[in-house]
Amino acid sequence: MPKERLTREQIAERAAQELPDGAYVNLGFGIPNLMSNYVLADKTIYFHSENGILGMGPRAKAGEEDYDLVDAMKMPVTVIPGAAFFNQAEAHTMTRGGHLDVAVLGAFQVSEKGDIANWKVPGAKGSGGIGGAMDIAVGALRLIVCMEHNAKDGAPKVVKECSYPLTAIECVKTVITDLAVLDVTPQGLVLREVAPGFTPAEVQECTGAKLLVRGSVPEMKLGGPLG
Amino acid sequence: MKNKIYASVDEIVADVPDGASILFGGFGGAGFPNNLIRAIARKGTRNLTAISNNCGSGENELGILFKNKQIRKVHASFPGPTANYFQECYAAGEIELELMAQGVLCERLRAQAAGLPAFFTTVGVGTEVARGKEERVIGGKRCILETALGADFAFVKAWKADRIGNLVYRKAARNFNPLMAAAAKTTIVEVDEIVEVGALDPEVIITPSIFVDRMVRVKGR
Repeated sequence: MPKERLTREQIAERAAQELPDGAYVNLGFGIPNLMSNYVLADKTIYFHSENGILGMGPRAKAGEEDYDLVDAMKMPVTVIPGAAFFNQAEAHTMTRGGHLDVAVLGAFQVSEKGDIANWKVPGAKGSGGIGGAMDIAVGALRLIVCMEHNAKDGAPKVVKECSYPLTAIECVKTVITDLAVLDVTPQGLVLREVAPGFTPAEVQECTGAKLLVRGSVPEMKLGGPLG
Repeated sequence: MKNKIYASVDEIVADVPDGASILFGGFGGAGFPNNLIRAIARKGTRNLTAISNNCGSGENELGILFKNKQIRKVHASFPGPTANYFQECYAAGEIELELMAQGVLCERLRAQAAGLPAFFTTVGVGTEVARGKEERVIGGKRCILETALGADFAFVKAWKADRIGNLVYRKAARNFNPLMAAAAKTTIVEVDEIVEVGALDPEVIITPSIFVDRMVRVKGR
C-alpha cells in the first residue's frame, strides 16, 4: 500500500504545535489559514491581521457578519477579549519591526538558505500581487513556511536556489510540509521530523537540497483534538 | 470659519480634474470610499493616477473606474483576485502599474505626510522590487531606498466626524484611511455621521481635523 502524505489539514495541525501560548502570530493565505482550527483550548494566541486587527477570533457565524470586521482574505471575522484595532501602517510596524513572535506563510519555493518565493509564478498571466508577504517575511521573529513538499508535477519546492521571483531572502526558520519538518540553520537544512511512515532517505529523494540528518529522526505527532 | 461640509458627493468631487492623482482608502471590502468613487465614475474624470492597496472587486470599489477606462496609472500592493476590470486593462497594456510591498506603501504615504522625502528599508531587498533602487548597508543590514508617495486628492471613508473634520473609523475599516488622509493636498471624506464640535472625545480621535479639507455625509457602503 502506498504511503499517504499528510493532508493540508494535517500540515496545519502540525504547524499549530509550533505556536507558544500567548504568542502574537500572523497566518498567511492557504494552509497557514487553517491553523487556527488546531490551536489547543489551553493556549491563547493573539492573531494579527495586516488590515489592523490584533486578537482576531474565529470567522463570524452566518447572520452575524460585520463587513467592517474582515480578515486579510476579506472574510468576516470576530475578535477575542483584549483585541485592538489600528491602521495599516501600525499593522506593518508590527510585521516589519520584529514584533510578531511567529508568522506562517505559504510558499511556492523555499531555499536551503531560507529564501522564500511566494508571490508570483513565473510566466503567469496578470499583474500578480505582493500584499503583506514581503513585510511579514522580513520582520517576523520566527518565520515558518507551510506547504506541500512537492509541486503538482512532482518538482521539489524545497530547493538549493529559488527559481521563482523572491519574496524575501534568508528569513525562513522552519518549513513544515506533507513529508517533513525542516529547520534552516547556518549549516544547512536539518531534518527535524518525518511524516509517519516515511524515512529520511525518502524525504531526501523528494527534496531539491541536501538535508542534514542528526541521529534518529522522529515521526511527526498528529491526531490532536481535531485531528 | 471655512465650512468643510458639502451637500452631495457629486459637488464634493466636482473640481477633481482629468489627470489628477488620488489616494483611495480601503482594504478587503472594508473602508472603501465607494460613494466618492461612484461620483468620480459619474463625472467621467479621465487619465487618473490611483494609489490603492486593491484594484477593485468586479464593478465595486475601484472596479467601476477601470471598467470605464478612467485610470491610466496605478500604484498598488495587491490588485486582488477579483479585480477583473483592472486585469483586463492591464493585459491590454492600457495601465502603467507599480507594485509594492504593503508595508512599504504605508510608509511611503507616512513619509509624504510627515515631510520625509525618502527612507531606507530591508523589505524588498534581493527581490524584483529592488530593481533600480539605491542599496546601502545600514546597521549591518542590506536596505533599499524608497521615496515618499502622495497625491493631489485622498478619498477617505470614515465612520464619524465632527463639523471641523476630526475623524473616527469603525473596526478594520480604518486600514489605509488615516494614512491617506494625511498624505494628500486635498482630503475628501465620506462619513456616516457628522456630530457637533466637542461631541467626539479628543482621546479617541484617529484623524485630527487638520488633515481634512472636505466632508460629505453618505448612506450605505
